Amino acid sequence: MPGITREEVAHLARLARLELKGEELDHFAGQLDDIIGAVARVSEVADQDVPPTSHPLPLTNVMRADEVRPSLTPAQALSGAPAQEQQRFKVPQILGED
Amino acid sequence: MTVTDLVSYEDALASYDPVMGLEVHVELGTKTKMFCGCSTELKQDANSQTCPVCLGLPGALPVVNEIGVESAIKIGLALHCEIADWCRFARKNYFYPDMPKNFQTSQYDEPIAFNGYLDVQLEDGEIFRVEIERAHMEEDTGKSTHVGGATGRIHGASHSLLDYNRAGIPLIEIVTKPIEGAGARAPEVAKAYVAELRELIKALGVSEARMEMGQMRCDVNLSLRPNGTEKFGTRSETKNVNSLRSVERAARFEIQRHAAVLSSGGTIVQETRHFHEEDGSTTAGRIKDNAEDYRYFPEPDLVPVAPARDWVEELRKGLPELPRLRRARLKEDWGVSEHDMQSILNAGAVDLIVATIEAGAPADQARKWWMGELARNANETGRGLDELPITPAQVARVAALVAAGDLNDKLARQVIEGVLAGEGDPDTVVEKRGLKVVSDEGALSTAVDEAIAGNAAIADKIRGGKVAAAGALVGAVMKATRGQADAARVRELILEKLGVEG
Repeated sequence: MPGITREEVAHLARLARLELKGEELDHFAGQLDDIIGAVARVSEVADQDVPPTSHPLPLTNVMRADEVRPSLTPAQALSGAPAQEQQRFKVPQILGED
Repeated sequence: MTVTDLVSYEDALASYDPVMGLEVHVELGTKTKMFCGCSTELKQDANSQTCPVCLGLPGALPVVNEIGVESAIKIGLALHCEIADWCRFARKNYFYPDMPKNFQTSQYDEPIAFNGYLDVQLEDGEIFRVEIERAHMEEDTGKSTHVGGATGRIHGASHSLLDYNRAGIPLIEIVTKPIEGAGARAPEVAKAYVAELRELIKALGVSEARMEMGQMRCDVNLSLRPNGTEKFGTRSETKNVNSLRSVERAARFEIQRHAAVLSSGGTIVQETRHFHEEDGSTTAGRIKDNAEDYRYFPEPDLVPVAPARDWVEELRKGLPELPRLRRARLKEDWGVSEHDMQSILNAGAVDLIVATIEAGAPADQARKWWMGELARNANETGRGLDELPITPAQVARVAALVAAGDLNDKLARQVIEGVLAGEGDPDTVVEKRGLKVVSDEGALSTAVDEAIAGNAAIADKIRGGKVAAAGALVGAVMKATRGQADAARVRELILEKLGVEG
């Protein structure tokens, strides 16, 4: 039976680095369960002859030639960065790794 | 730093049987990244090779690099793998600033190549078959610099700086099946496998595979099980072991460390380990608990790759001779021992010698110059043989001048020295330095006459039958001609003039 439990939502929240309170977990678990249930109805109409699909278009092998195209300038690349230093993106201390 | 307990290698092997898994990442030599047209050139200005796709900006759409796919298929075929009829990319989700998208585009349960093997040759000539689980396409991450820590490590850093030039460069990850049955030779097998794989990648022309440049990186997974048992023990994963020697040392160290833990009744923790070049040790990194969850799912922005069978067969036909077989053939052709061939391989001289022979030099001459004078110079100047400013064609020219009698070995060495010093090609150096063997019989004859006249006592000895004494006169003539005479011809002339049979 498809669906999602409160524990699974808490796990996903942790993986996504989202801090959710108890009542938020209850709330989202309910909503997400509804959404998943709605999407799951698709498999009710899909019979054995319909293979699972990850792409809506019947396309394969869309490739490009190995030719260099202009990149952004470093200034353009960094223009959206909240912080920068030495022409690099500056990020807070990385925790959880040695 | 805590001291890690080790047992001796011999003791470890007396009780335990090592099982290894090797994961090798190869950075492809494509001009552009895997999913966008940014250049892959190394050592460029920070963040000068990025675009909305590799920065993961909203709305950007990736498109696969054709040569990236072709290279993956070539690698798969050379490793005797099956090539998927149809496969997809997948998102590997994780939060770490080295990937601005917050996921790495990789392949999950549908690798482009799977089920192969690579035969590697150990030092005593034994062939060991390493089974290949899979080879899949993915992309490299950006480069982090940690600021504020003691030694540039994450530990104690106040913040990190990211350069995304490398983010998105095509990678092929090649994963072995568990390597069993190598016993005490496991470290040697690991090294031989990575060495052979590197040769193969280079022969395919898909990457230069320079480990010192990070173009090829190896993770060594290792576990021990008590001798005579089947079930695998818990493994450690030593990350980023980036030289052939290090691969061997890391495997050896982990065998000794695991054995020490297990034999004292402890348990091995499944964790990543960091390898230290300085002393060949490893230290604990991240513990791999079950919380690791990458939530792979099919990449919706890329359509499946379905390599046409005729394309695959065409690529198969174009595969080069396997490096191991090529080496065996060359060893035969050149008439050298297994040991000499290994030295040639270690020196990185195989292709240079082949090119020199193709440029007209006899095999023994080509080998002699590259493995002698040139290897010495490369060693002294800390360069690779292929970085020396001399071409195989120039070496072949020197060999030709020697063969024609225009140069002797001593002069040839001076010519090579001149070429390396940037004085021009061999003929120019000969010209400029005036390095020709004196072949003018008149001039030689005069020099010989003078030497005989100046060394009457020695000349008498020779007349009296002490032919060996001729060496002293040859030396005198060579000195008089500043080494530019053909010593064999000088000797002939001396004996002739003194009426003695050589």
